[in-house]
Amino acid sequence: MPLVRLPAGLRVSVTVVTLVVLVVIYVPLLLVLLNSFNTDRTFGWPPPGYTTHWWSLAWHSEGARDALFTSVRVALAATAIALVLGTLAAMGLRRTRFFGRNVVSLLIILPIALPGIVTGLAFQNGFRTILGLQLSLWTIVIAHATFCIVTVFNNVQARFARLGGNFEQASMDLGAGPFTTFRLVTLPMLRSALLAGGLLSFGLSFDEIVVTQFTASSTDRTLPIWIFQNLFRPNAAPIVNCVAAALVLFSVIPIYLAQRLSGDAAEAMTGAR
Amino acid sequence: MSLISRRPGLRVGLLLTPPMLWLGVAYLGALAALLVTSLWAQNDFTGNIERTWTLDNFRDLFTIEVYRTITLRTIGIATLVTVVDALLAFPIALFMAKVASPRYQRLLVIAVLMPLWASYLVKAYAWRGMLSSNGLVESIASPFGLGTPGYGLLATTMTLAYLWLPYMILPIYAGLERLPNSLFEASADLGAGSWTTLRRVVLPMVFPAFVAGSIFTFSLSMGDYIAVKIVGGTSQLLGNVVYDNQGAANNLPFAAAMATIPIVVMLAYLAAARRTGALEQL
Repeated sequence: MPLVRLPAGLRVSVTVVTLVVLVVIYVPLLLVLLNSFNTDRTFGWPPPGYTTHWWSLAWHSEGARDALFTSVRVALAATAIALVLGTLAAMGLRRTRFFGRNVVSLLIILPIALPGIVTGLAFQNGFRTILGLQLSLWTIVIAHATFCIVTVFNNVQARFARLGGNFEQASMDLGAGPFTTFRLVTLPMLRSALLAGGLLSFGLSFDEIVVTQFTASSTDRTLPIWIFQNLFRPNAAPIVNCVAAALVLFSVIPIYLAQRLSGDAAEAMTGAR
Repeated sequence: MSLISRRPGLRVGLLLTPPMLWLGVAYLGALAALLVTSLWAQNDFTGNIERTWTLDNFRDLFTIEVYRTITLRTIGIATLVTVVDALLAFPIALFMAKVASPRYQRLLVIAVLMPLWASYLVKAYAWRGMLSSNGLVESIASPFGLGTPGYGLLATTMTLAYLWLPYMILPIYAGLERLPNSLFEASADLGAGSWTTLRRVVLPMVFPAFVAGSIFTFSLSMGDYIAVKIVGGTSQLLGNVVYDNQGAANNLPFAAAMATIPIVVMLAYLAAARRTGALEQL
């Protein structure tokens, strides 16, 4: 796409602001990485010396490892639910104009538009006070899936808008039933959108702390909860830094994948929370 | 099977039933139950919830001064964070959408997205380190005779603005990318300077994108209780009151009453946002 010839003054000032803000965005992240090698436990600046000691401690930390697996399990389960419900909702709202359509869209956005404390407290109160259930990993999964639906929904809806319904129409005209058409035409057409939406949903659940704190029992430790419990312990803080630095580095993979898969930048970001 | 193809209404109904059971029945049900709980009482001696109707929680909420202060402070900080993010996000989004080459555009989107995947807690904690009395901010600012603002509301606002900035950049970028380039040229041809073009042509057209981004920055700030614990010193926001009452103080009905404030504020915000067409851009 040919770029706009913005006037030189505007161009320069926009470029300068962008560079400055990018530096500000990345300095804290680089500090986390640097501090994971800092010999000073309180992360004073400048670091008095460097060590790989924390990384070896972090590698052998059972608490961190257990929390990592718990987070992965929760995120996978929440994503699986979100994939099914988000796809169904997007298919249901496709090409249909009916009374209440806007209500349905609003309902899908609501869990991310309301602050996490509201969603978290509502579920905690619902599970414990109203239903009399114990909090567990499943209550976390249910709460996470609720706010993950929107990421899948947005990706699938954008894909439908781009591709239209001609292929499915053709499939039906050729005699395939709705389920065959879904399996052989719709699903392959959605594959990369589902993967991008699923990745976003996984990331959203993986890093979530507010709703998680409200819906987890005292023994369930997802990685963010483990980080929060250890952040203020002088002995554990350097290990937390290593875990965080590793997370920052690994986060390149899902972003790269999501970018590749959806092709469209605007699509890749929708619901990125 | 053929019944489904012949009756589109039935098809839509079948497709929407599972997500609507989840969101409409379970989620909305939980929100409704929260409102009901806010009308219940707490037994001061046993700490149990008593299912008798009372407006005491709301009376406390409106009459006890500290809660009013905290509510106004929270709304003020959420507004400030949103304004700061909007001011910072617009030039970046403009650079990404209209100045950078397609290759850099892709890289920049990744560069803006990546911090979102880094742990929220650790970013807040990194700011705690940077703002400490022997931290990076102090060592950069001291040659200019300035210092770190220390832990407090200013630090909280800075940290929250930092945390939620990508949520503002991305919708505005998407909005600007949709603007045809010819628009800029047409405006220039008609004699408008770059400032006039931005103010009279670009900003009105991407306004819904600003609103879409602001829903996130405002709502996320409104409910935060963790960043303020990490960098806010002793200051409290609405989220802290909710969290402490459901946990340590174990007064769930009062926590529920307090949580109705962000619900009401956000519903009003969403209703206003809907009129601008922002909800389609989320």
